[in-house]
Amino acid sequence: MSKTSAAEEKADSSSAEQGAQALRPHAEDAFADELRALAAADDRPRPERWKMSPWAVSLYLMGGTLPDGTVISPKYVGPRRIIEVAVTTLATDRALLLLGVPGTAKTWVSEHLAAAVSGDSTLLVQGTAGTAEEAVRYGWNYAQLLTNGPSRRAMVHSPVMRAMSDGMIARVEELTRIPADVQDSLITILSEKTLPIPELGDEVQAVRGFNLIATANDRDRGVNELSSALRRRFNTVVLPLPASSEAEVEIVSRRVEQIGRSLDLPPAPEGLEEIRRVVTVFRELRDGATVDGRTKVKSPSGTLSTAEAISVVTGGLALSAHFGDGRLRAADVAAGILGAVVRDPAADSVIWQEYLETVVRERDGWKDFYRACREVSA
Amino acid sequence: MSDRPLLLGVRHHGPGSARAVRAALVAHEPKVLLVEGPPEADAVVRLAGERTMVPPVALLAHAVDEPGRAAFWPFAAFSPEWVAISWAMERGVEVRFVDLPAAHSLALPRQPGAEPELKPEAEHDDRAAGAGPQPGQAVGDPDGEEGEESSCDGGGESDLRVDPLAVLARTAGYDDPERWWEDVVEHRGAADRRHSDAEQDVREQTLAPFTALEEAMAALRETHDDGGHRRDLVREAHMRLRLREARREFGDDAVAVVCGAWHVPALREKHAVAADRGLLKGLPKLKVDVTWVPWTHRRLARHSGYGAGITSPGWYGHLFETVDRPLVRWMTRVAELLRAEDHPVSSAHVIESVRLAESLAALRGRPLAGLAETLESVRAVMCEGSEVPLALIEDRLIVGDALGEVPDEAPAVPLQRDLTRLQRSLRLKPEAAERALDLDLRKETDAARSLMLHRLSLLGIAWGTLDTHRSRNTGTFRESWRLSWEPELSVRTAEAGIWGTTLATAAGVKAVTRASEAQELGEVTLWAERCLLAGLDEALPQVMRELADRAALDSDVGRLAKALPALVRSVRYGDVRGTDSAMLRRVAEGLAERICVGLPPACSGLDADGAAALREQLDAVQHSIAMLADEGLTSRWRAVLRSLSARESVAPLLRGRCARLLLDEGELEADDAERLLRLALSTGAEPADAAGWVEGFLSGGGMLLLHDERLLALIDGWLASVSPTAFEDVLPLLRRTFSAFEPGVRSNLGQIVRRGTGGRGASADDTAYPGFGPEPDAGRSAAVLPTLRHLLGGSLAVGGSTPAAATPVQDPVGASR
Repeated sequence: MSKTSAAEEKADSSSAEQGAQALRPHAEDAFADELRALAAADDRPRPERWKMSPWAVSLYLMGGTLPDGTVISPKYVGPRRIIEVAVTTLATDRALLLLGVPGTAKTWVSEHLAAAVSGDSTLLVQGTAGTAEEAVRYGWNYAQLLTNGPSRRAMVHSPVMRAMSDGMIARVEELTRIPADVQDSLITILSEKTLPIPELGDEVQAVRGFNLIATANDRDRGVNELSSALRRRFNTVVLPLPASSEAEVEIVSRRVEQIGRSLDLPPAPEGLEEIRRVVTVFRELRDGATVDGRTKVKSPSGTLSTAEAISVVTGGLALSAHFGDGRLRAADVAAGILGAVVRDPAADSVIWQEYLETVVRERDGWKDFYRACREVSA
Repeated sequence: MSDRPLLLGVRHHGPGSARAVRAALVAHEPKVLLVEGPPEADAVVRLAGERTMVPPVALLAHAVDEPGRAAFWPFAAFSPEWVAISWAMERGVEVRFVDLPAAHSLALPRQPGAEPELKPEAEHDDRAAGAGPQPGQAVGDPDGEEGEESSCDGGGESDLRVDPLAVLARTAGYDDPERWWEDVVEHRGAADRRHSDAEQDVREQTLAPFTALEEAMAALRETHDDGGHRRDLVREAHMRLRLREARREFGDDAVAVVCGAWHVPALREKHAVAADRGLLKGLPKLKVDVTWVPWTHRRLARHSGYGAGITSPGWYGHLFETVDRPLVRWMTRVAELLRAEDHPVSSAHVIESVRLAESLAALRGRPLAGLAETLESVRAVMCEGSEVPLALIEDRLIVGDALGEVPDEAPAVPLQRDLTRLQRSLRLKPEAAERALDLDLRKETDAARSLMLHRLSLLGIAWGTLDTHRSRNTGTFRESWRLSWEPELSVRTAEAGIWGTTLATAAGVKAVTRASEAQELGEVTLWAERCLLAGLDEALPQVMRELADRAALDSDVGRLAKALPALVRSVRYGDVRGTDSAMLRRVAEGLAERICVGLPPACSGLDADGAAALREQLDAVQHSIAMLADEGLTSRWRAVLRSLSARESVAPLLRGRCARLLLDEGELEADDAERLLRLALSTGAEPADAAGWVEGFLSGGGMLLLHDERLLALIDGWLASVSPTAFEDVLPLLRRTFSAFEPGVRSNLGQIVRRGTGGRGASADDTAYPGFGPEPDAGRSAAVLPTLRHLLGGSLAVGGSTPAAATPVQDPVGASR
């Protein structure tokens, strides 16, 4: 314990310096204080090599207050049960697959889970169409290979391999983008918990504490659908879109503020009303029903995620700051909304027109919004 | 012993309670069993022992003269009351119901200010609170109108009475009373058995959960008094009196009471007999009948809109039936269900699901995995995160399809009585011989008869058939029916009893259910029309809601257009009947809006048949929108027509039709019409397209060509210039167009064409219709006047005739329309 904490401290101090300069610090650096306080307060049983108990991990993600008064900020705004299932899955020997439409915080959750469980969120494989087997298993340092012949020293360890030997959490982003044959190299790792190295007649066996978090986008499931053999090794958790309008307004305005600051946009004092409207429009079209639950509407083909709502509002802010009077108005967001909603010019524009005519037009206080949308849609 | 008499406080429909009750009864063997329920049911309780009685069933008490006043006491196989009654039936132990007689409870006025809609909390009430499985729910009331028992005052204090267990659960740190109960009572079965080895302890052991619960309830009642529910006091007084009676008869040791946990402390207290009697004095009274009716798990489930609901009857049933490894067996059942529906689920999945559920329970600090953990692990492992198979599990397993059965000896259902009562009051005897019945809907009795017959036919009890041929001839205020009562209709009536206790509510519930199950938009419209005919004012808004939803999701403009005319007819009909048609109108207008938006894309890329079909719908929509007479809507519709008429990608037939509709509306000037026609017939256009345009423009009356000779001249000129081969192609189209004209118009057209159309414009002063002189012929006009005077009722003054009388004469063509 003392050894690890000393190492931790050292790592903390060095990475904290880096973190201050980095455009985006790692989760374990940005929230180092919270993690330390949680680990100190946590007296529940921990799975082997976990930095804290499953209970503390879910507290770290959902936020709360510790007995000593330390406030843990919520990392994930959404149903608690989702995080509980995810954390529990990591404690068993099944891997975790986070599914969701783009913009539902899959990567964010996986990063924080890894940071809380292993104290390290950097054992990451980014899945692309070009991800090769070496990125998942191991590669060779050819200079070493030629001079010394095949040996452990000549190997280049993949993040997954390092996680296995150290008993940490490995992360695979965008699993479904990885070609199927490379995906399948995970099967042995996940079922046998071993990585054979036939070249050396050797293997790397995973030690306790190893597990894997994969994220995948369920919109483009068809890109490289997981084989059922691999699928069976995962427990699947679907991250939903924000449940309530209020929660989503909260997320959007918080993120818009952060992004706006980094882009040096002037603050928008009266923008909340417009944000609320954008969120309402997105939610209604996404859910296929008006917020009062009285009228159904058709859903367009776009995903209309919270992330897109954020970009519509940021775009609107930029418009109003540079070309308008600095106040976020309906006209500033109208074009952005149109672009987000109408992805398929034929079908979506009918849906959008219908929504405008049957829902927006009738709504009290939305006259300016309706007019602005009519203008850009015509 | 202080535990005498045996007071077993339960949570209704709780399998843990049921098991505990059974164990207590087996251990203590009382001679008489008192159960919370209407004492009138004592007469039919022996039926519960019949082999043909299969739960879920419900006791139904209803007022004899007013079957709509009814209340249910549902029992599932895992209901503690049912378990106790079955035990008593097996052992030949007497069962008595001790709650306030339904004669009183149904007669008591419904609580003032009762909300029209059931609140979830209110439903919660009966299940958890131990207020008695007594929804007091008017059967089949489509609104789920609140009964007296499930009303909730909304005040903070009454929260407690509404759900005392929620208060207990909150105290114990649970956010969900359901879970608290599961942990503390439902899941204790396994743990208890381990300890109950010593024989003499068994009797004590079986009472432990009841004692604990009683103490908790007593503490709650002390702090919160009666929770604001005065009726409870009356009910408990009655229970105490019956309990006293039984104790005197059988002795203290031989009596057991099964009732809601909330009531236990009140039964334990000592009260003066006189005080209790005083509370019961002067209660209103009704003549009441009690019978058993089959029930379903779906109706037990909370979301079916009835009181006394539980969300997961199937899960509880499983917990009750399965003592050995319930979680493993449940997961296996889930896997079997999913496999049957072609979801590949292996044993490895089942193993992982069980492990995840157990780990989750451990993370949450629960002794055993409950329904929430189970479902979450099934979602993550077996369903791969998808909600679709989960909905299936929810529907088939957690709620379940169980349907109860009731022996034939059970007394008749109230629907039959309601029908008999109606038949008597409306003087319509059920006779086997067929006879005709003409109804004048302006008369009160006849209108009521019409409603009854419409409702019956809606319920599938085909006593009367509407004779449409004869009714059509006699106008909207008349209906002609053919009546014939077949013996099998009695069976139908009994079957229809599942929908409700009165004709009106049953028909309403059925209409709403069927409308929500309907596949096609048209079906829903049909049910809306039937609701209107059957005067189901409460069901109609729900059906309309369904209709509005379907319309919103239907992307086929053709279907929408098909549904619109019937709907607009209904709006008009609703106006005639004096029903509130605002809702209908709103839906119709919404439908029209959607058509306005969806029509332009739907008009492009059509083949000839598609265009022809859409043309008819165009006319129908035009007619419907005119009938709706909404200014904004009409102007939007005209804008759509205008844009369609100008759009090249739209089939020519439709473009021509749009131009014509606009012209008829007066939206298009004659000059514009001429321009459009010229454009359509210009040499650049394909002859077949041009003919299509002409067909669309002219169909439904050629009088236009007589009015404006310029148009005729254009067509004439075009036809002459078409090449011989193209002429053969367009001939059938033109023939179809012109042959539809009235013979008179055709012959007039012929005359004009023969005379030559050139040089005579519509606007010229000297225009004359073919066959007519430039000026009216005074002598010939005068000949018509006597007939006109006769027609107009003598108000026509021959002397001062000139302007008034001359106008119709001046326009003989118009008059002949």
